[in-house]
Amino acid sequence: MNARVKTSPAFWSFDGFALGARLGAPLLPGMIAFGLAVGSTGAANGLTLAESILMNGLVYAGLSQMAALGVWPSEMTSGAIVGLALLVFTVNSRLLLAGAGLQPWLGTLPASQVYPTLYLLTDPGWIIAMRYRAEGGADAAIILGGGLLFYAFWMVATTVGHLAGSLVPDPQAIALDLVVPVFFAAMLVPLWRGPKRALAWAVAGVVALAFYFFVEGWWYVIAGSVAGIVAGGFVDDD
Amino acid sequence: MTIDASPVVLLAILAMTGATYLTRAGGFWLMGYVNLTPRVRRMLEASPGAVIVATVLPLVVRDGIAAAAAVATGAVVMYLLRRDYLAVFAGMAVAAAARAMAG
Repeated sequence: MNARVKTSPAFWSFDGFALGARLGAPLLPGMIAFGLAVGSTGAANGLTLAESILMNGLVYAGLSQMAALGVWPSEMTSGAIVGLALLVFTVNSRLLLAGAGLQPWLGTLPASQVYPTLYLLTDPGWIIAMRYRAEGGADAAIILGGGLLFYAFWMVATTVGHLAGSLVPDPQAIALDLVVPVFFAAMLVPLWRGPKRALAWAVAGVVALAFYFFVEGWWYVIAGSVAGIVAGGFVDDD
Repeated sequence: MTIDASPVVLLAILAMTGATYLTRAGGFWLMGYVNLTPRVRRMLEASPGAVIVATVLPLVVRDGIAAAAAVATGAVVMYLLRRDYLAVFAGMAVAAAARAMAG
């Protein structure tokens, strides 16, 4: 598994679009459950249906929306707006790393194709894409296929969640909160490149835990990720 | 049908949208100016695994045995069968069972 996979330049195809949707499908139960929860949380915080649809469709980053709704002000001042934007930026800053990771692959495509596609970038979509790329894939349409599938189900789930309000079942009770973590853990298997390379993962884990225990807030993901990535740069090819 | 939305809330949503898109596009944009040396390439290759571990490990520590069992099951099933669906399904089944037992 240590041999470098030869990769070819990026392109788009309908087959890739379909493959992207198929690769993303196992995550749909978790995404629907999470979307229902985000929708009902928005309603509980006094968002109107239109506000809810706009937030879910435009921001389209559930974890950061939950964080924002957790501190949603009853009176929206300009200071509160700046605070919400900063909070959302912090929670989503891991997507900076995701985008950076896509540059060597998508960088050869025209900006007019890449930047709209990046609007649909999510963590699971990125992990699927990076695994596909690590195995030699080059078809950029898999990102779009998975992304549009997630977006469509997300919009339906969040809207239903808003309308159903408190009737939405607790995702934890049916373990649907663990779909993404379990999927992520499974993705470590095809991403495995030997124990030496996994040193970067260990560094990521240790730093993430340290931040999780000693630093308040959402910093642990970004701190652990950055530490692991830097460590990865110092592990030589074998 | 009128659209029932408060202008300030709309402003907040737009600010959140901009902040989020900045994270989605910013890393890709910045990386376009970075020379792809072997070290940078290794860093990028390490990134998916690093993000996964940094996301999942604290969650497992917080949630305890059910999450740990679920995540481990997912990885083992993936290793043995190489099927994403089965890995997720098996992990969820283990988590649901573990939580049911914990009451």
